[in-house]
Formats: sequence, structure tokens, C-alpha cells
Amino acid sequence: MGYVAIKGGGRAIEGAADALELLRTRQAESASPLDTDTIEKQLYFLHSRILSEGGLYHPQLASLAIKQSLGDTLEASFALRAYRSTKPRLLETPVHDTRNMRLIRRISASFKDIPGGQMLGPTTDYALRLLRMELLNESPEQFQAIAKRLFAGLPERVVPDSFPKVLDSLRAEGLLPQVNQAAREQPFDITREPLIFPVPRSAALATMARGETGSLLAIAYSNMRGYGDVHPTVAELRVGYLPVMLPHPITGELTEVGEVLMTECEVVAMYQGDDTQSVPTFTLGYGACFGHNEVKAISMAILDRALQKGMQDGPENPSEDPEFVLLHVDGIDSMGFASHYKMPHYVTFQSDMDRLRTTQQKQEAGHE
Amino acid sequence: MSNGINFAFLDEYAKREIRRSLIKAICIPGYQVPYSSREMPMGRGFGTGGLQLTLALIGADDTLKVIDQGSDDSVNAVNLRKFIEMTCPGIATTTRLQEATLIQSRHRIPEQALRADQILVLQVPYPDALVIVEPSEDKRKIMHGEADYSRLLVKLYEDIVKFDEITISHRYPTRINGHYIIDPSPIPRYDVPKLHNSKALILFGAGREKKIYAVPPHCLAEPLAFDDVPFRIEDFSDSHGERRACKLCGSKTSFLDEFIDEQGVRVYQCSDSDYCEQQQECAHG
Repeated sequence: MGYVAIKGGGRAIEGAADALELLRTRQAESASPLDTDTIEKQLYFLHSRILSEGGLYHPQLASLAIKQSLGDTLEASFALRAYRSTKPRLLETPVHDTRNMRLIRRISASFKDIPGGQMLGPTTDYALRLLRMELLNESPEQFQAIAKRLFAGLPERVVPDSFPKVLDSLRAEGLLPQVNQAAREQPFDITREPLIFPVPRSAALATMARGETGSLLAIAYSNMRGYGDVHPTVAELRVGYLPVMLPHPITGELTEVGEVLMTECEVVAMYQGDDTQSVPTFTLGYGACFGHNEVKAISMAILDRALQKGMQDGPENPSEDPEFVLLHVDGIDSMGFASHYKMPHYVTFQSDMDRLRTTQQKQEAGHE
Repeated sequence: MSNGINFAFLDEYAKREIRRSLIKAICIPGYQVPYSSREMPMGRGFGTGGLQLTLALIGADDTLKVIDQGSDDSVNAVNLRKFIEMTCPGIATTTRLQEATLIQSRHRIPEQALRADQILVLQVPYPDALVIVEPSEDKRKIMHGEADYSRLLVKLYEDIVKFDEITISHRYPTRINGHYIIDPSPIPRYDVPKLHNSKALILFGAGREKKIYAVPPHCLAEPLAFDDVPFRIEDFSDSHGERRACKLCGSKTSFLDEFIDEQGVRVYQCSDSDYCEQQQECAHG
């Protein structure tokens, strides 16, 4: 019955919470709960995604968010983001240089030989996507033996602490525009200021950095397929740990306070005819986010390039339109609004029926 | 509070920012003030804009009423009220309009008139009435600044040409203080006249779209219409032209919910459950 459905809401909500909790625990005695460390390590990419879309670098709480949301990426990021709302912004970090990243992976698609060399690292790029049936019944002993085997006989240092950036060599050759130090704006904090268009590039980058992976990918893909013409080359994609520096509270000296796992991607796009510039150069697109999220970083870099073009020449495609891209890539916003349609809309529907009936009556009267 | 969460959930900086935006919104009636809008622990679209306003305004001596679809007991109203009670220890809550100092509502303005010492917070999914004619926020901002609402008027005109009726059912574009046209949130047309010359301050919070706007007390609020095609509220008359009454309290003036009862009969009932109960109490008492 229509009206009763919205009565007794309190009890229904409690019941729903219990039903969901039962879903989480229904393995009962035969299982033990997921521990947050296991989530961080064994659901590594899921965990990375939540760190990034949640917009808060807190590995343990990201695991907790995954656990309590039963692995729903949108819900988990949401919980992390809502937790973030309760925290004031106390300090600002200076601009960080990703040359200092401790890398686990870096590749370039533009050159075979890059200074420091290509390092594939952990990737599924060249893996055969065949189901590994032996993992179906993997025993703890088998599981533990693998790491032991992989660590055995490793030299202590195989990877240097840092690698030079591919872009530096392109820049040295004059193929890229020089960095305009004077134009370096104060970064825009999207958590403290609303987006009012036109927005600075830093606001666009920050919005995409915590954007939803699938949304970024879909819009970037539209550009790749032909609704746009970025035609990027991945100059460098790197994944690793960036030391985070903060000024010491007393001495003011920059001090390392920890490190964040992040993915960074720089794409080089074909040069554009620009009347104001005498020497044509390649153009750049930049993507970076918390965690190990390569598809997201690449999508973001392509969109950054597309948006810069759109801001300069006016958007010709959705992916070049800052409003279209930036207001539709946030997973918390879009999933919230999609879900809200499940709430009662009795009043507005009553209004809709009133309009439709009146219009129908008028039409019928007109036909008589 | 446990979990180390601040009173009213938000940190003090966030609350202060919202209050600053609020003052601006009151000073420029109907103007959409952008604000940063924090993520709340409930879905964007479930009233996070209204919730942030409520949390920025509420103090321990406030009495809060939360309604959704006119009812204090609908799932979303219960959910919001529970959250506010949990994060704001010391506040009182009520379902009686007269007892409340702060009222948060979705889709309805209460039947009974609000007082000058009450504040109504409405939850807003789409803050901009122009969105039905212009998708770009940047362009809409210019149109608002110039009070250029010609395309909205054309939309109304086209409705009349096509359907002989203005088809906008709810979220009816309303001009505030002679300049800005607002989306008054998805209240029915029945509620729009209550915005006009209201004694209470009426606030609008759009969390996902990150906007706050206001209709201050004793302010002009005029639904968009033409001289020869007046604005009309929902029609609750039956086939004989008689105004339908609430089956519980018998009110013939309230906004009604229509539904099919267990016998398969179409029945009507007040949408504002508090008003309906008070009417019944009066009748019995």
C-alpha cells in the first residue's frame, strides 16, 4: 500500500542494516573475517582504486571501507570521502617533485632507450588472461611458499632510488615547451573551494585525481576513438612511492613525514599550430593519482590534454569541455544522485500526474 | 562524541564557510552562492546540501523537525534525523511544526504557516531553474546576472502552444525579489505561494551541485507565468468539480497523496502527516 511504505521507516532501516550485515557474515563458522592487511595486500588494485577515488591517503581506513562496503568501489570511496569531511585542513605541502619517487615500475612508449631504462615491474599488461585454476584451492602453505621462493637469492639492491624523467630529455631537446615558472599558480583546493568555471588547470587535475576510474576512462575513450584528436604517446608512466615532505613545526625545515603510493602518467601529443608561438613543440597531458591505477592515470592525462585544448580553442567535443568532464567524473556525486532516484518521489509524482491528467483532459475535450 | 567526530559532524572551518555563504545568500535573495560542499556520510541526492545547512546552523538549544514527502516517518527523514541526533548531542527533535526552531524538508513546505523564529531548510537536487534550457553552468551564470530568462518564458509559451497547459509540475521557476529566478526545489506548485512574503527564513541547499540560496523573510516570490495564463496549483477536485478531502482528517485544503488502498479503491490522504494528525486531534478534542 502506497502510503504505508514510507511509514515505520526507522524499523525498516534497522532491518536493512541487519540484512546487509548478514550478507557480509553469512559464511558463518566456516570463515574468518577479512583483515585489513589482507585487503591492502591481496586486493591491491581494489585498494589502490579506493585510495584514489576516496581522495584520502589512509591505507588502513581504505581497507576498512572496502571491508564494510563488501567491496563496492563507489561505496568504499564514499565512506573514505565522508570521513575526510570531518577533518580540518591543517597544513599544506609544498609542490612535490616526482623525480624523487621510489619506483616499482616505469615505462615509456615514446623511446626504447630511456635514461635509467624501462622497468616493467608488476603489471598484467603482457599476462595471458587465462584463469589460474590452481589458485582455486590454494593452501596457506602454497601461498606462503611463493613469497619465500621469490625473495630467495635476491641481491639487496636491484633498483636505484630514483630515475630521471623522460620528459626532461624531451625538454632538453626543445621538443616540449619550457616550464613557465612565472605561471605557476597557487594550487586550487577543490575540497575547500567550489568549481566556478572557467577553472584553473590545477582544479581540473585535482578533480580528476579523485575522479571515478570508469567515468574518466569512458570520456577519455570517447576522445581516443574520434570524438577528439589527442592521439597521445605515453612519454612516461611511473608507479612508486613518493616521499611526502612537510615543513618542520619548529625549524620550518622540510622533513619527510611518510610516503604515498602513486601513479603518474605523462602523455605527449602532436603539436598544434599556434600563432603566438614561433617554434612549434609537442603538447603535454598530465595524470596522477594515489595508488597503483594505470588506466586512470592515462585517462586523466589524455583528458588533461583535451581540456587544455578546449580551454584554449573552445570545446569541440565533450571530452574537451571542462564543465562536461569535471562535473561528471566524480563517483561520489554521480552514484549518490543515481541512487537517490530510489527514494520516495510521491509528491513530485503527484504533481506530474496532475499535469498529465489536465493535459489529457484538454486534448480529449479538444477532439470532441 | 565517539569516533572523535566534532559536534554536528563537520569541522568548524566547514561550518563557518557555510554560514558565510548563507549570509551572502540572504543578502542577494535568489542568487546561487557556490560553496565547497563537503561529502556527507549519506548519498549525494539524499539531502546532503540541506543537511550541511542544518549542521552549520544547529545549536544545542535547537528543536529540529525533519520531513520528507511531508512525513516525519519516511525512511530518509528518519535517517537524516537519526544522523543529526547522533552527531549533535543535546538537541531536541519534534514532529510538531509549532515546536520546531529548525525544519529540514524534502519536497514539501509544511501546510501550516511558519513563524518568524523558524528557519526552513529545503533539500535541492537541481539548484538552477535555467538547466532545462541551458546545460552549461558558465552560460547560465551570465543569463542570471543579466536576468535573461527569455528562454524559460519561451519554454512556457511552447508548452501552451503544444499542450494548452504549462507542463512544469514541480520545481516551478519562481522569481525572487524581482530579479533572480530560482528552482524552489521539487516542492509541488501547491507550495510555491508559501515562499511569497514568508515570515520564516527559507534556505536552499544543493550539496552535489555545491550551491546555497535563500528566500529571506518578507520577500517577493513570484512563479513565472503570463498575464493571460496565470500560475495554477495542483487540482484536487473530483469529476463533479468538488474538492477532494483527506480520508483521515477531512481537510479540504491540504496537498493530498493519492494511492490505491487494499480494496483497490483510490483514496486521498494529507501529504503532511503532522498537519493531518493535528487536524484529527482538534476534531476529537
